[in-house]
Amino acid sequence: MIEILEKAAIHNGLVTAFAVVGLIILVSGQISRRLTFGRVHGSAIAIVIGLALAYWGGTQTGGHKGLADMSLFGGIGLMGGAMLRDFAIVATAFEVQATEARKAGLIGVVSLLLGTVLPFIVGAAIAWSFGYSDAVSMTTIGAGAVTYIVGPVTGAAIGASPDVMALSIATGLVKAIIVMVGTPIAARFLALKTPRSAMVFGGLAGTVSGVSAGLAATDRKLVPYGALVATFHTGLGCLMGPSVLFFATKALVG
Amino acid sequence: MIIFGTALLAVCHLLGIFLGDLLGQALDVKTNVGGVGIAMLLLIFARLYMQKRDMLPKLTELGVEYWGAMYIPVVVAMAAQQDMVSALRGGPVAVLSAIAAVAICACVIAAINRSERAHVEEESAPRLHDNPLLTEAE
Repeated sequence: MIEILEKAAIHNGLVTAFAVVGLIILVSGQISRRLTFGRVHGSAIAIVIGLALAYWGGTQTGGHKGLADMSLFGGIGLMGGAMLRDFAIVATAFEVQATEARKAGLIGVVSLLLGTVLPFIVGAAIAWSFGYSDAVSMTTIGAGAVTYIVGPVTGAAIGASPDVMALSIATGLVKAIIVMVGTPIAARFLALKTPRSAMVFGGLAGTVSGVSAGLAATDRKLVPYGALVATFHTGLGCLMGPSVLFFATKALVG
Repeated sequence: MIIFGTALLAVCHLLGIFLGDLLGQALDVKTNVGGVGIAMLLLIFARLYMQKRDMLPKLTELGVEYWGAMYIPVVVAMAAQQDMVSALRGGPVAVLSAIAAVAICACVIAAINRSERAHVEEESAPRLHDNPLLTEAE
């Protein structure tokens, strides 16, 4: 019986994923209502449950894709993978009010630039203080503090060692997770209310996964504005990391 | 037909990714530059264009809006496949630089958003979405 059920679930991975995620959202909605009296948004709880399951999956399989490495939950990998994620993000643009987006155009660009340069400086400085004092390692770890894609792309371009690359990916991952979990908590401090503020947030906070999940858990209506800016973040980081930022670091530390 | 909406979304998505790849190649960056963002802009323009010409029946809209409403579940699935173990194993450098980077960016976001508040509040509140699929997701 159990085996047949398991086989059915494995052979229909994506469908299983729909059911599993539906269950997670159902449970988190109940937790939100009953335990926090609606103070913590249901989607924030669902994302934390997702991350916890990812941790559990990672310890069970030793793989790098969290729950998706377990054959029973392989469909999670497809459902939460880049293809469907981007498809759903693009779909949210359907609700964007063009006038709102245009109003925040310039501040979006400014926050994108700040959102690339500031985390880079912080990451590189902390790498330096921990003894990674060569320009290549500093640049790679600093780029990791921009996003976990910029880190390895930059590192590969300037020839960083594998352990520094891993460190830079880890930095970006920790950042994405902090943004996912922290945004709804810090929403008032960040003054996240208007489409414009969401675009500033998207540019500065960076990582698409962090921004989109963080905004989803804060206010669903702000997601497209933040995501619109944040999707340029990785491209800009990959553009600046191995070039301007690397040369600047090299000029500073030799 | 509901598939027209989903197909419109798919075409915008593919075109955006394609243009993002082209841009990445032109800039010699080895990655997609803003492909999803370009796709979002294409979809916004397609919507404005088609609405003006009355080419957007409700059923077509629903084909896009369904995927917009699926966004949070997809994000939960995305969270469930993060490499949490190695993120936490990265050690103090990874955790410290991530926390410091987020903290500084948070302060800058707060500063920018607060300084603009005076202008923003005078304007009318942004029109809320009219996607019936989303009232539940709020």
